[in-house]
Amino acid sequence: MSEGIVYWLQQILNALQLGSIYALIALGYTMVYGILTMINFAHGDVFMVGAFFCFLAATYLGLPFAPTLLLTMIGAALVGVLLERLAYKPLRNAPRVSAIITALGLGLFLENFTLALAPYPKHIPPLLENVSWDLGGVSLSSLQVIIIFLSLGLMFLLDYVVHRTPVGMAMRAISWDKTFVPLMGVPVDLIISVTFAIGAGLAGAAGTMYALAYPVIDPYMGIMVGWKAFISAVIGGIGNIRGAMIGAFILGGVEIMVTAFFPSTYRDFVAFTLLLLLIVVRPYGILGKPRTQKV
Amino acid sequence: MSKPSPEIQLDVRDLEVHYDGIRALHGVSFSVPKGEIVTLIGANGAGKTSILRAISGLTPCTGAIAFEGQDLRRVPAHRIVGLGIAHVPEGRGIFGNLTVQENLRLATWQRTDKGEINADYDRVFGLFPRLRERREQPGGTLSGGEQQMLAVGRALMSRGRLLLLDEPSMGLAPRLVREIFRIIVDINQTGVTVLLVEQNANMALHIAARAYVLETGAITLAGTGQELLGDPRVKEAYLGA
Repeated sequence: MSEGIVYWLQQILNALQLGSIYALIALGYTMVYGILTMINFAHGDVFMVGAFFCFLAATYLGLPFAPTLLLTMIGAALVGVLLERLAYKPLRNAPRVSAIITALGLGLFLENFTLALAPYPKHIPPLLENVSWDLGGVSLSSLQVIIIFLSLGLMFLLDYVVHRTPVGMAMRAISWDKTFVPLMGVPVDLIISVTFAIGAGLAGAAGTMYALAYPVIDPYMGIMVGWKAFISAVIGGIGNIRGAMIGAFILGGVEIMVTAFFPSTYRDFVAFTLLLLLIVVRPYGILGKPRTQKV
Repeated sequence: MSKPSPEIQLDVRDLEVHYDGIRALHGVSFSVPKGEIVTLIGANGAGKTSILRAISGLTPCTGAIAFEGQDLRRVPAHRIVGLGIAHVPEGRGIFGNLTVQENLRLATWQRTDKGEINADYDRVFGLFPRLRERREQPGGTLSGGEQQMLAVGRALMSRGRLLLLDEPSMGLAPRLVREIFRIIVDINQTGVTVLLVEQNANMALHIAARAYVLETGAITLAGTGQELLGDPRVKEAYLGA
């Protein structure tokens, strides 16, 4: 293969890896927004907590990859449900700004709580044997393959749950208008908790995979990644699940391309510029629809 | 010798509802006998919707609400449909992003009798053939009349023994209003009790066995549907005569 094609294939692969991780986190933002029209700004820190759960499971319990991933997802899901039950639920009828401030505060709490327990960055032991293949000049690692396929698998699973199961149907009904959902016999609070659990569980999975790819973790790692995932969700149309996935791969692609052509310090600047431009041009995102007033 | 009084299915005593400190209902009491059509008529803002919302647990209230002898006020809203009360809310409450089929299916959330559920789909689609044609369409694409049919269909899917209807005639053309009322009577004849809230007093009083007039949060008149149709005060205020 010519050097140019090899180079591009390599970049596309890198973009897929980055996009997968953004997508898993973006789904949590978009699901919570879809159901409560609230941005859970603590969500990036749930991703960070996930990475620390991964560290605990791998180091102290000495677990291999699959159980580590599972425990991390369950742990993160519990954190998500706790945040919702203890902090957001009491504010459900309060002004929207109260919930947003609470979310920002919870994020700081999670960061500093983790910092208190882990003042120094932690190293994640290699959970998977990382094999690299050379495909005509394109280097492909087993880790990349696992990250991309596992993420895609989780995304398809979520898409199935939301569009094909009764729980997903209830979530979509709540996202339309939760006033009359109880009349159908659907326990709204339970469905909201399930939504938080799924979103946080996916962030936990993202935390595990991120920790495998970049094995030094610290309590602030969720801030920038969380913002990027949030941007992904907005690009795709916040509240729209397929949009969040598309937005994440677009952002991953843009970031990789920026670092390929410009100094890597331009990356975040470009990412946030993209968000600002989008808000001007298409405030409801790629797949989002302008909210029509319900009569 | 008087007729044995019919069994009371729903009994509401001294119901009060407040919104942000404003009293919307001032101690309303009435009862709904099993198998009958009872209507609450009144102007906009009289508190009709508040009564239905209180029964379904959507609005906090004081007073007593008993359904088949059970106090409803301690029951969470999502359990009330499981007890046998189906509520077709004001504005129909269709989930516009769910298909017609999904809207119907959602109402079976608490049911486990799968075979019976399938029979009920057939029954609803038999009553409303338009819904069968549109079963894969999002609820939001239906016309007002079709949405009203879907809302009633949903109530049937939950197998309520008491049907609460909040202004089913709202926004519908006269022909559709007649059709909806004919279907309400049909449903009632299958043994379902109906509590009908209406501004269209004429239609409601014609099909109701018992009727109450609600004015600014209190019941001011009660009688059979025929009695109220002949009452001069009702004629003047609600029948435009």
